[in-house]
Amino acid sequence: MRGEISLPAPIAEFPWRVVIPLTLLVGFGAAVLDSAAGGSFSPYADSHLIRFAVFLVMALVMSYFPEDWARMAAIPGYVAILLLLVAVEAVGQLGGGSQRWLELGFMRLQPSELMKPGIVLILAAFFHSLPVGMIGSWRALLVPAGLIAAPMGLVLLQPDLGTSLAIAFGGIVVMFLAGIPQKWFIGGGIAGVLAAPLAYFFVLKPYQQQRVLTFLDPASDPQGSGYHIIQSKIAIGSGGITGKGFGEGSQSQLDYLPEPHTDFVFATMAEEWGLIGGLFVLLVFGIVLRWGLITAREGTTRFSRLLAGGMTATIFFYVSVNLMMVMGLAPVVGIPLPFMSHGGSSMMTNMICVGALMMVERWNRHSTSSGF
Amino acid sequence: MDRKLTSNSLKQTFDRRSFAVGSIQGGIGLLLAARMGYIAVAENEKYEMEAESNRVNLTLIPPRRGWILDRNGSPLASNRADFRVDIIPERLEDPDATVEVLGDLLNFTDLEKADLRDRLEDSAGFAAVPVANGLDYEKFAAVSVRIPELPGVIPQRGYSRFYPTGPSVGHLIGYVGAPSREEYDEDQQPLLLTPGFKLGKDGIEKQFEQRLRGAPGARRVEVTASGRIVRDLETRDDTQGDPVQLTIDGPLQDYAARRLGLESGSVVVMDCLTGDLLCMASMPSFDPNSFSDGIGRLEYSMLRENERVPLRNKVLQGLYPPGSTVKPTVGMALLGQGIDPDETVFCGGGLRVGNRVFRCWNRRGHGQTNLAKAIYQSCDVYFYSMSQRIGMPPIASTCRHYGMQQQFDLPVLNQFYGTVPDPEWKQEKYGREWQAFDTVNATIGQGYMLASPLQLAVMASRLATANVVTPRLVLDGRQPQFEEMGLSQEYKTYVRQAMSDVVNGPGTAGRARLPIEEIKMAGKTGTAQVVGLNLSDGKSGPWQYRDHGLFIFFAPFDNPRYAGAVVIEHGGGSGAAYPVARDVMTFLFDPQKGLDALHALEAQWGGTAQQRLDAQYQSYATAAGVDLPPAPPPITLAQQVDAEARAATQDPDQPDDRVFTPRGEANPRSEETTT
Repeated sequence: MRGEISLPAPIAEFPWRVVIPLTLLVGFGAAVLDSAAGGSFSPYADSHLIRFAVFLVMALVMSYFPEDWARMAAIPGYVAILLLLVAVEAVGQLGGGSQRWLELGFMRLQPSELMKPGIVLILAAFFHSLPVGMIGSWRALLVPAGLIAAPMGLVLLQPDLGTSLAIAFGGIVVMFLAGIPQKWFIGGGIAGVLAAPLAYFFVLKPYQQQRVLTFLDPASDPQGSGYHIIQSKIAIGSGGITGKGFGEGSQSQLDYLPEPHTDFVFATMAEEWGLIGGLFVLLVFGIVLRWGLITAREGTTRFSRLLAGGMTATIFFYVSVNLMMVMGLAPVVGIPLPFMSHGGSSMMTNMICVGALMMVERWNRHSTSSGF
Repeated sequence: MDRKLTSNSLKQTFDRRSFAVGSIQGGIGLLLAARMGYIAVAENEKYEMEAESNRVNLTLIPPRRGWILDRNGSPLASNRADFRVDIIPERLEDPDATVEVLGDLLNFTDLEKADLRDRLEDSAGFAAVPVANGLDYEKFAAVSVRIPELPGVIPQRGYSRFYPTGPSVGHLIGYVGAPSREEYDEDQQPLLLTPGFKLGKDGIEKQFEQRLRGAPGARRVEVTASGRIVRDLETRDDTQGDPVQLTIDGPLQDYAARRLGLESGSVVVMDCLTGDLLCMASMPSFDPNSFSDGIGRLEYSMLRENERVPLRNKVLQGLYPPGSTVKPTVGMALLGQGIDPDETVFCGGGLRVGNRVFRCWNRRGHGQTNLAKAIYQSCDVYFYSMSQRIGMPPIASTCRHYGMQQQFDLPVLNQFYGTVPDPEWKQEKYGREWQAFDTVNATIGQGYMLASPLQLAVMASRLATANVVTPRLVLDGRQPQFEEMGLSQEYKTYVRQAMSDVVNGPGTAGRARLPIEEIKMAGKTGTAQVVGLNLSDGKSGPWQYRDHGLFIFFAPFDNPRYAGAVVIEHGGGSGAAYPVARDVMTFLFDPQKGLDALHALEAQWGGTAQQRLDAQYQSYATAAGVDLPPAPPPITLAQQVDAEARAATQDPDQPDDRVFTPRGEANPRSEETTT
């Protein structure tokens, strides 16, 4: 299962188990993007493939980093990203309007994206360094909570609810896996349930409140904010089992489906490839996430386990929230589907996660092989 | 839980919790798969339909309207192929060159070409931009053959309503127009929102709307979310509406309308045997052709300011005192009450009733007068005297029996029924006793008495045939049977002879004699006083003070086939009415002779009705400023016209106890009877 023994080491150690399914998925995504562009390879499909290639190389390079480097990078990385978030806020204030990115000339950097793997990294490093006996102490709760709250607050100011929830989710999963007492999660859960209505009325912006309302009853505003969900469900539903055929999706080809190449790329795919295409996508994500969790469980150090678990959770968050959104199970929150949606930032974030997982896999292999 | 935490126990916790996380992830994965399966399989049909209704747009093709035919099958309203050219801007390859070529083909001026370029620039891209409509076939064909080199240019043919005789049939047929919001609210069909669809706004067009409408065709097209048409899927042709065949004789209707000339009046001609209305002309009129494209404010103002109310259908909505035309009917009442027609009354020029003296129109008197002479000489004193004997009730009931105050079962929007006064009516209306002078006024068709031209024509046909002739407007292939009025053969002949003598004997309308040797027309003149003698003598002075001229007639007198009535508003007396009747009947029996007479007259008037209307419009347009009020929508317009017609024909508010001094029955045949 782990590759044949007779193969040379670089080939045997190459993370085929994740690169093959990912490449299939990205290739499939490129096909869907080609169709979403009206049967044209540019501008979506070509850049999608180029980005994947570039970020895959980056991830492979990353996977050769030793564990020490990763652990040492955690604090400076976290601080740097936090400063970038502050910078975004400052630029936004000066420019007179909300802004989520920094213009670097050659690309638009969205620091909140970097924070998703960043928060996992810093928390994994924190719990690794935390003395074993202190896992039940207040320190094990409050420091991570503070580490999560700072970037979340900055991202919420942008305002970007989806990304701040992603950051929180990644962080909380790491805390959970780190083993902090269960009662705090139960207590936190109850507090969350109580806080939700308050958050709805006092934290959410009117347009975000509208999205929640629309999610509960899309028909209430079929031309406005309910339009996305309705058209997305029509696209998925009308695809049936086998789909309408490549390039034949009327919902996406005739512009009924909003954002057919970004947030609603799954609906574009499902219309043309049907349930079969949908199950293929779910299967690939299942393979990737299972690989991520196995990597985490095989982790030899606490740091590597938590890092891999958190990265897997971050990818999972993207996938599940996006798919629930396009199928009408969650409000429209603007979270793209990893490896399929067109967009550099999400590709970068997800490939960092994948790169981190490959890195952990390599650490695992080397520690076990050294054990031989 | 183990209180003593070791790195090993944390590893176990991690294993346990990561297993839980993995299970949750797997669970959500399964949930998503199930959800997708539910949407895509269980609800597939519903969403497929919704996707289809997104994708496919149904465009209706307005149906061709059914024709309105005259009794001989010639169209009174038809559809004219309307050629138009549109451009779909986003399909243009070279807009400037296309505009140049098109402009040359269609003889555009430089200004028009510039306009077209502007419209193309301002357009949304996928919506058609009209280039020209109402093109003749030559230009349309010239554009059509160049289509291969003009992508994006779409020559189309549609239909527009066409009334060949224009103003002659305006009131009768009505006109069509785009549906208003109110009409859509009443009948919420998508067809009513289709561009180019028009429905009947007045007259026959409105009455037979459903029958004339037909079924729309449809074009199914694939559209994008923003409404751009991607391609045609299928096209279904429209079904033309059913025709409606009227009893109207098209040429006669047109002739009568034209013969009315400059006058304001109406002509009704009926077939005595069937009740068929052959002609219902009301002038002045409007051109329904120009109303179909919406009533322009210029045209509306012109019609509105005309004191002769061109928008009112005077055949049905004009009410006039019948004047002496009611006398033969009063004569029938006398006969019905057993009065011997040969009994004479001495007319010395007047009669004292109570403390008032009522004059005969002939101040010198008619001498000994029997019923026949009283009819052909229109002697008032005979009727004053005889009506005193029988009283008002039998006169009133006879008048009603002969068609007055009746409404007929006709497919028209509105017919006024007028007034036949009697003691009961006066008591109820004014709370006053019926007076002897009321009877006197009524017997000469004055006072409260009011009738419409249609009723007068029915009266003429009932007098002519002694049958209860009922008018009809739609030809349905049936031959109606009429009841008899219950008049003896002897009296029937007597009345016919007396009415013939009005024209052909020593009567009041000698010049009404038909210029056809073997056919004699019978008739009765009438002059209806509009204002008292203190204001006008009825013949000259301000137009609206002049007397109405009336004439009822039938021909041939001994075997009546056609009957009718002519009313000329403020014509200055019956002398204005019977020449019209004479020419109309001449046309009926000998079209060429009738047309010769008309052409001579039209040469004096300045062209046909249509030509004069056009000229009037031209001069009005030149004189009018830009400051005109907009035309009201057709519904409002119809209500307005109706309300004004009602106001104009209302019974007086106060009881009318004037003494009417009958006017000279204008134009007796020979000089010696002239006053």
